Amino acid sequence: MKGVAPILATVTLLATVPLITSSNVVLNFLVMALLIALVGQGWNLLGGYGGQYSFGHAAFFGTGAYVTAVLQMQYGVNAWMGFVIGIAAGAVVGALTGAVSFRSGLKGSYFALITLAFAEVLRIIASVTPITGAGVGTLIKLDLRPEAFQFQSRVPFYWIILAMVGISMILMRLIEDSRFGAYLVAVRENEDAARALGVDATRVKLGAMTISAAIAAAGGCFYAQYFLFIDAGIAYGPWISIEALLAPIIGGIGTVFGPLLGALVVKTLGELAKLMTGGAPGLDLVIYGGVLIVVVAFAPRGIAGIVSDMRRRFYRTPPPGENGRG
Amino acid sequence: MSRQSLNVSRRRFLQSTALGAAAAAGVLQAPAVLRAQGAAVKVGVLHPVSGALSYSGQQGRIGAQLAIEEINAAGGIKSMGGAKIEAVLGDAQSTPDGGNAEVEKMNGAGVAAIVGGYASGICLAASQTAARYDLPYIVDVGVVDSIVSRGLKNTFRFGPGFGVIAKTALDNLVTINDQANKAAKTVMIVHEDSAFGAGLAKLLNTQLPERGFQVLETIPHPTPTRDFNNVVLKIKAQNPDLVIPANYYNEYVLLARTMQQQRVRPKGIYSVLGGAASSYKFVKEFPEAAQYIMDCNHWFDPKNPKALALKKKIEDKGEFYTYEVYMNYSCILLLADAIERAASADRAKIIAALENSTFTGHMMPYGPTKFVNGQNQGAAPVNTQVIGNDIQVIFPAAVASAKPVFPMPPV
Amino acid sequence: MLSSVILIPAVLNGLMTGAVYALIALGLTLIYGVLHIINFAHGALLTAAMFAAFFAHQWLGLDPYIAAIGLTPIFFGLGYGLQRFIIGPAAHGEDRNILLVTLGLAVVIENALLYAFRADTRTINLPYAFNVIEVGSAFLAVPRVIAFVVVIAVAIALWLIMRWTDTGKAIRAVAKEKLGAELSGIDVAHIYAVTFGLGTACLAIAACLLLPTYYVNPTAGNAFVLIAFTIVVLGGMGSVTGALIGGLFVGVVESMSGLYLGESLGQIGIFVMFILVLLFRPSGLLGERT
Repeated sequence: MKGVAPILATVTLLATVPLITSSNVVLNFLVMALLIALVGQGWNLLGGYGGQYSFGHAAFFGTGAYVTAVLQMQYGVNAWMGFVIGIAAGAVVGALTGAVSFRSGLKGSYFALITLAFAEVLRIIASVTPITGAGVGTLIKLDLRPEAFQFQSRVPFYWIILAMVGISMILMRLIEDSRFGAYLVAVRENEDAARALGVDATRVKLGAMTISAAIAAAGGCFYAQYFLFIDAGIAYGPWISIEALLAPIIGGIGTVFGPLLGALVVKTLGELAKLMTGGAPGLDLVIYGGVLIVVVAFAPRGIAGIVSDMRRRFYRTPPPGENGRG
Repeated sequence: MSRQSLNVSRRRFLQSTALGAAAAAGVLQAPAVLRAQGAAVKVGVLHPVSGALSYSGQQGRIGAQLAIEEINAAGGIKSMGGAKIEAVLGDAQSTPDGGNAEVEKMNGAGVAAIVGGYASGICLAASQTAARYDLPYIVDVGVVDSIVSRGLKNTFRFGPGFGVIAKTALDNLVTINDQANKAAKTVMIVHEDSAFGAGLAKLLNTQLPERGFQVLETIPHPTPTRDFNNVVLKIKAQNPDLVIPANYYNEYVLLARTMQQQRVRPKGIYSVLGGAASSYKFVKEFPEAAQYIMDCNHWFDPKNPKALALKKKIEDKGEFYTYEVYMNYSCILLLADAIERAASADRAKIIAALENSTFTGHMMPYGPTKFVNGQNQGAAPVNTQVIGNDIQVIFPAAVASAKPVFPMPPV
Repeated sequence: MLSSVILIPAVLNGLMTGAVYALIALGLTLIYGVLHIINFAHGALLTAAMFAAFFAHQWLGLDPYIAAIGLTPIFFGLGYGLQRFIIGPAAHGEDRNILLVTLGLAVVIENALLYAFRADTRTINLPYAFNVIEVGSAFLAVPRVIAFVVVIAVAIALWLIMRWTDTGKAIRAVAKEKLGAELSGIDVAHIYAVTFGLGTACLAIAACLLLPTYYVNPTAGNAFVLIAFTIVVLGGMGSVTGALIGGLFVGVVESMSGLYLGESLGQIGIFVMFILVLLFRPSGLLGERT
């Protein structure tokens, strides 16, 4: 399998971080960045490879988080089992919302807006339904045992999320080489042409959305286990929808490494801005937003775009596997 | 712990690697803050100073910082040779994961304890993370009772939780109503729909009927809510004797203003943790809408000269004397007292000192300080009422500065 | 269950609230119709305008309705500049980049306001804010009635501009056929900026109309963004009349669903409508079928 080696190398390298430092500041930082990378990878499949920009990945993230939390607290289901069911539930929500949207032929901003609306509807439902704890939210009971998917140390959490990111990257690499992946890119580039060539565009997009949602839901499940508390605003709020699209677009849309790269850069940027400004409320975010604009201005195809430009300049040949929409 | 010394060199190593660039954010500041003054005791001051809760966070920070300044000016921690308290400020950005990340950094910076959190969600996440390091965590406000009922040894709440607040509010309501010959029989509850308002509404809905009140309707609303005309129309149509609002400042002000606009005047407005009902800002800016509103909320002891001195000090700075200010101020004093008695910045010793605390130097109208499972048993809310241009305490009798005006007199 | 005593005031209130929503949506729909971008900075710009109106009252003693006269051109200029010198050049014409740039702008504006003015909620107390006009059983607050009238006037003015002025015609030309417009000598970058300026100017007026009955803090404007999107979709993206009618309609729907479902769940009514319109009539209730 070509292209898997760099992924394995990166993951292995990252996996050694806990051996180098026991600083939980670093680990916690990386866990959050990897979580964003994971949800961003989900978004990337649909948005980057499929060209369907979602503003509502919170719908899947939140479903994963709520299903795993509610199953544990209300029905006494084992956390790992809840994790698996949570991912499945996210996939179902993805398939359903995708079926509704794609069958109606929604694309572009219309698709973006309907995903946003789905997430909002779920957020409102979660904030009034008794089973989700309504507005009070759901608190997962503290039970620091591996069987309960809770760990005393940050390290297992770190390795788990890293493994999930690694798996999502390999999955993306496999999809790139698959017929499904080729169809997906064809649909992105020219849906009518793809249809004319016999590609069932709706089905392809639906498949992408389902997998994309499952990945985002996995992120949600992880969030619930890591923080042990969710409410409607955390699970279905717009913050995660934005983070999910920010990471791949900054990192390099439609590339395997884009979301990871983007998440690390965006999170680092946020922390550096905090360091620079001390405790002044708001100032760090001013810098963060400003740098974001500058990054977009100078790297319109994301960081992966810069990297491939540099490689091209170096070798004077177009690199293989170029997936950016240039 | 034995790995600690080894890690310093490893950390340096990390910085020089490519990986270090990505992780730098977390690592860089840790040593920088660590190496400040030798003798100082570091205390984490955690508040949501940006994002949706930033006003409350900002007020809380003001209170905490002022307390630290005063302690240092008065000679610091005497049992530690006058060691100064050094605040390590953190912004939770109004989210639980923001709070969590700050606790990690504060732990990295070597704080002896953390004070703050404000919102229940942030307090839940932050105190749990602090528990991993046996790091004492004092909740400044966070009223959800699960914060202290999870069995975390490190978590202490100086102020009252939901259960106590709701019970006190109901007891006092019954007393006030009895004094007015049971003028009020019907009630409508208007609450914001997140943890605090929804939790409270749930408690009120089970307990009000037991006390002889009929709940006509319970209206949840999101934060922010753009318009309260509908809610007020419903109140107008049902005409309850009492309206009980439980929401944050902005929504509370909008609700009260809309009620005034729509000429809706129930016999009383009795809020429980009303965001603005006992806020000097609200009374100053909308004296008419605020008139006669009663509230059961966090409040300082109006007969305590220290509380009044602090009020003057805060107001002289051009700030409003809100509950976040004196709650945080008191929490810092509580912590300083514990550190003083522990005579050490050792976390376990501070936790032990907090567990045995009988701290009296605060400015809250509380009973004797005694922590059981992290909850201060002396903590209690106070009933206030806006009378004239001031906020008066009407219950408990020991600290009351006025008698309740109920039902509201006609205009 | 609910009598006309409450129903009629609720409908009237819905219309009043809807009018302000409509004005905010007008700005958004103009920008969408021409630039085909979803402007994430809309809420933050509204907040900025509300701060401007607040300080005009605080420092200069200006009534917000007077302040609107000055703030409208200022915010037109601001919007023009943002599009011409920041969003346009930074985005390189890529949709996804425009998205990020407006997102970045929103973060910058909101937090610059937080840094400069702190998180305090600010309100102004006008002498006539609590005056009401009685219409049957309904009490209509004077500022809201004024807002309603002003919004209708602004919408008509905007419609006239789009219909009869050269700039308006150029805007419509760019919206319909960008390349063709460019070939016929229209300065597209300039028209983009003018449109963005007009959209931002709408926000300045909306801010001045909101302030007498609302409040301002660094996140105040965000509360109106989602609802404005709904209206834009409902009225058909890019349609001025659509935004006006859509706004009034959404105001009434919100009011009704709030009445019957409660304020929390009531918000669902709007989004369900939003989803249904997208599914079955994506060009909007009033838009042309494409």
